[in-house]
Amino acid sequence: MEQVVANPWAMLAYLVAGVCFILALRGLSSPTSSRRGNRFGMFGMALAVATTLVTHQIASLPEIGVAILIGGLVGFVTARRIAMTAMPQLVAAFHSLVGLAAVLVAIAAYLNPDAFGIAEPDGAIHQVSRIEMGLGIAIGAITFSGSVIAFLKLNGNMSGKPILLPGRHIINLGTLGLIVGLIAYFVTDQSPWIFFTATALSFVIGFLLIIPIGGADMPVVVSMLNSYSGWAAAAMGFTLHNTAMIITGALVGSSGAILSYIMCRAMNRSFISVIAGGFGGDSGGPAGAAAIDRPWKRGSAEDAAFLMSQANQVIIVPGYGMAVAQAQHALREMADQLKAEGVTVKYAIHPVAGRMPGHMNVLLAEANVPYDEVFELEDINSEFAQTDVAFVIGANDVTNPAAKTDRTSPIYGMPVLDVEKAKTVLFVKRSMGGVGYAGIDNDVFYRDNTMMLLGDAKKMVEEIVKALGH
Amino acid sequence: MDFISILSIFVLACCVGYYVVWSVTPALHTPLMAVTNAISSVIIVGALIASAAAGSATSKWLGLVAVALASVNIFGGFAVTARMLAMYKKKDRPAQGK
Repeated sequence: MEQVVANPWAMLAYLVAGVCFILALRGLSSPTSSRRGNRFGMFGMALAVATTLVTHQIASLPEIGVAILIGGLVGFVTARRIAMTAMPQLVAAFHSLVGLAAVLVAIAAYLNPDAFGIAEPDGAIHQVSRIEMGLGIAIGAITFSGSVIAFLKLNGNMSGKPILLPGRHIINLGTLGLIVGLIAYFVTDQSPWIFFTATALSFVIGFLLIIPIGGADMPVVVSMLNSYSGWAAAAMGFTLHNTAMIITGALVGSSGAILSYIMCRAMNRSFISVIAGGFGGDSGGPAGAAAIDRPWKRGSAEDAAFLMSQANQVIIVPGYGMAVAQAQHALREMADQLKAEGVTVKYAIHPVAGRMPGHMNVLLAEANVPYDEVFELEDINSEFAQTDVAFVIGANDVTNPAAKTDRTSPIYGMPVLDVEKAKTVLFVKRSMGGVGYAGIDNDVFYRDNTMMLLGDAKKMVEEIVKALGH
Repeated sequence: MDFISILSIFVLACCVGYYVVWSVTPALHTPLMAVTNAISSVIIVGALIASAAAGSATSKWLGLVAVALASVNIFGGFAVTARMLAMYKKKDRPAQGK
């Protein structure tokens, strides 16, 4: 009973599965190779499952079949039906499932260590395995409860406003310390109360860690939870001595960590400050009150259509507002009409536009926008100066020049799109009241070359399309 | 396998992960999250072991629930990734219905 996967063929198969997962991620380096990569991933998963079933004495094959069937059906139908705009919620929900599965597996291993090959002859669990299990269950539980909160916030069941408990840093650090202490103590004493108290506390800390984080910091949170789900899988891989799980855990863990880093850099914020939370409420920032007093120009859909049809180049800057209004299809129609009139149309994407990494790209792809018209911040930013019209739709903070000039601004230092350098800026916005997630006024609204197009993003774009048709 | 060989695999896999993920184009970051989600459900291996083993009924049922949860993720994760990636096909026609 010492080794679970003593069979060398099984170990080889798990290794191949791990390599398939590496190839799955590798494929994502370009859209053309990505679909093949995804097939590698599916193959690797099938191989890992088949290997496990073949090399273990299965006492309950029908039950397992039913479990896979139910789960698979739910997952498949959800994946087919979900709207692309709801992708951040879906990913958060999926993360929570990985976390919960890790917790259940760890509890099962604790209750039946013999089956996992982690028991000493006298029935006690290996000490190394206890640490691995402890870490696995703690990270799994944090992933679960954290993802549930992230899901509720992204799905709008819970306000995106940060919820700030008094003394939360002390509570959080204290709870974390307690969990670490309990896991350490678990090495010397494997009583159930230690194991389950650590589990319960981990659920609580996952909840406490995410509630103070505002809706706008969600790209970082979703990436971070992605990372945690990987580390949980890796910890369980250590317990089970399973190569496929360890490789996957390391891949997913580093993937999520890198995405969090990219998102933090794109907001010029440190990871610690995002985790500490409190940012991104709706309350007015320093210049919030001044919004109404300054003069600004309002334009109509006809004005916008005229300006853009006369332009040589138009750069479209989409943001979360476009996702909320589901304006991506109308936007592509507008771009098609402009292209038919000989206007060059490009899209500029800020890394943190939307609620998860790559959110805008997926929505534009859904609307059939060719991906070679879509550019990242650093590739297109120098072009605004030679552009006739910058069309900002549902984005705000990522265009705010205060990030470049105003040292007192909360977003100072964040890389932004230089829309104000374009000859004309058309700014689609619901109303002049709301001022983006950071609660800071945007100087672009009041510039001479800016025309505000107030209204629902989708309706506004549809009206422009109509006006272009005349 | 002893602890050190497992640790070596882990550390090397982290290095591989680091380079592979940096080479992912930013346009595909959402599919990246979806597919990493799907593959982290390889935890189903542990769930299968738990549900297959005789000995503890509780452990078996926990394992079965974990198998179902991980299956949601595997099928859902790969299906949604495939759906997104299908949208990134090269388009050469100018316009077409939604």
